[in-house]
Amino acid sequence: MTSPLLKLTGINKSFGPIDVLHDISLEVNRGEVLCLLGDNGAGKSTLIKILSGVHKPASGTMEMDGKGVAFDSPRAASDHGIATVHQFGGTFPLMSIGRSFFVGAEPTRRCGPLNVYDRKRANEIAVEEMRQLGITRIDDGDRLVGSLSGGERQALAIARAVYFGASVLILDEPTAALGVKEAAHVLRIVLQARQKGIAVIFITHNVVHALTVGNHFAVLIRGSKAADFRKGEKSREEITDLMAGGEQMAELEAEVESYVESHRGHPPPLVG
Amino acid sequence: MKSETLKQPSVNAPAVLASPASIPSVGSLVRRPEMGSLIGLVAVFTFFSVFGGETFVSAGGAASWLNVASELGIIALPVGLLMIAGHLDLSVGSVLPASSMTIAIVSGHFRAPIVVGILAALGLGLIVGFINGLLVIRTRVPSFVVTLATLFAVAGLTLGFSVILTGSTSVALKSAPIAKQLLGDYVGGKFEVTIFWWIAVVLIVGFILNFSRYGNWILAMGGDSVSARNAGIPTDRVTIALFMSSGLCAAFVGMSQAILYNSAQVAAGQSFIFNSIIAVVIGGVLLTGGYGSVVGIVLGTLTFSIVNQGIFYTGFDANWASLIIGVLLLLAVLMNNTFRMMALTYAPRTKTKAR
Repeated sequence: MTSPLLKLTGINKSFGPIDVLHDISLEVNRGEVLCLLGDNGAGKSTLIKILSGVHKPASGTMEMDGKGVAFDSPRAASDHGIATVHQFGGTFPLMSIGRSFFVGAEPTRRCGPLNVYDRKRANEIAVEEMRQLGITRIDDGDRLVGSLSGGERQALAIARAVYFGASVLILDEPTAALGVKEAAHVLRIVLQARQKGIAVIFITHNVVHALTVGNHFAVLIRGSKAADFRKGEKSREEITDLMAGGEQMAELEAEVESYVESHRGHPPPLVG
Repeated sequence: MKSETLKQPSVNAPAVLASPASIPSVGSLVRRPEMGSLIGLVAVFTFFSVFGGETFVSAGGAASWLNVASELGIIALPVGLLMIAGHLDLSVGSVLPASSMTIAIVSGHFRAPIVVGILAALGLGLIVGFINGLLVIRTRVPSFVVTLATLFAVAGLTLGFSVILTGSTSVALKSAPIAKQLLGDYVGGKFEVTIFWWIAVVLIVGFILNFSRYGNWILAMGGDSVSARNAGIPTDRVTIALFMSSGLCAAFVGMSQAILYNSAQVAAGQSFIFNSIIAVVIGGVLLTGGYGSVVGIVLGTLTFSIVNQGIFYTGFDANWASLIIGVLLLLAVLMNNTFRMMALTYAPRTKTKAR
């Protein structure tokens, strides 16, 4: 079997005395969706920030295509083909679709001695790329991003990442703020990206959404990987239970707390 | 006669910049950030045409507000770009007199060639702008505070050095005829040459914002500076360049004032701090950045100048001008918010319905 596209081994991260991530190991393959599940504060966003170059891990290694990589900046991560799409998609609500699609990589054409921003081409490409993801309502690239619905913004951001050649697409709770129909559309887009051979890391609270698109699942609890399984290995109830924890969670919390006190902030090693 | 030929380009030039290749639809017009300011300008112009009588619409009347608009406009444009990028520059208020004093001291008091004085004055603006930009990106202190600090620091330096070097707070300047013709003279006895410089700055800034990739960078920085940096935009360099351009433009106006009036005073220019911000905000630029247009800034500048000067042509006490500007500012912001909301909720369906 070929080496996974992105591989994390033993990633640790702490902010001051607090351990945020503890010995995280993950693999993502091309054309697969890895669902990262976990409650708030489980360390999902810290993990994303490490993947997208915002934070550096305290220890542990990252490999892409079998070669070790380290990201000094978000720019370095995106140069390696890692694109992150945040919950609300486009972050420039008052820019036009074409302009925000090409931010930082504007197409230009020569106009006499000057390099002129090619608005027409930018708009056409942006509209076309969105159309390919099933957003057919938008035909004018001059419209402001803020006039799009939440799902359309997600589509725009994903289209942008795909267009600029992302090989790993990190989606941070893309469906959290969406209605049922819109969420379904975004999930369809995720499947489309998967078919293109992109490795997708899909962060969500929603077990139903995760089960719809995911091949591979990892559950984070309090900075540690509590479970790692493939599609079909666990039922929805089991996953929900794992995430929310129920009684187990309360027990675990008490246990961790006492452990943290006696072990200078380090959570217990994983058992099972 | 002359008024017509002069007035036309300054109003029309930006309109040419703004018009896209395609025919604008109702929806796309409503979406434009300068729609509110256009309505404001028309309203104000009509008001003063009615109450100001014939003299307001005469060449002399037009000259009076165009002269004010040109000086304000040259500063308001780069300040507007800064505001679109999410920053403020208050220091223009003391860069202007500092530059006036620099050219007057260098070329007037020390009798150096006028070119040396011009370069010194413009260089001063660039340096202050560079310091502003550097402080903003290095310290992460809001630019409002940074430029408020440099506003006072530069004012203090200007006063201090003027008194040390010349023993006075006002210095006479006699400039060479060519410099005077180019930078500080009246065309047709009424119109300042700065009007033409203003048109030049409008064209340059209009190109930068609408037709170059830097315009996209500036909009993105104002929208979300972190995302902009992550998208690969050299935000630090752009920030410094923008502060340097507002310093340069403020210095340019200071220099041309000194040449025009044949003297420089330490205390000139404070009015430009808020006037430039008012012009930019009336022009539809979002105070928090990320949204705005050159046409809007030009319209805002004209609106402000017409109110400022037009009051003298009416029978009203000139003190009422400030009241009008205050009310106008509030109305303009409310109207701009409305139009921005319309732009955000605009959908193609509106276009087909309008047909």
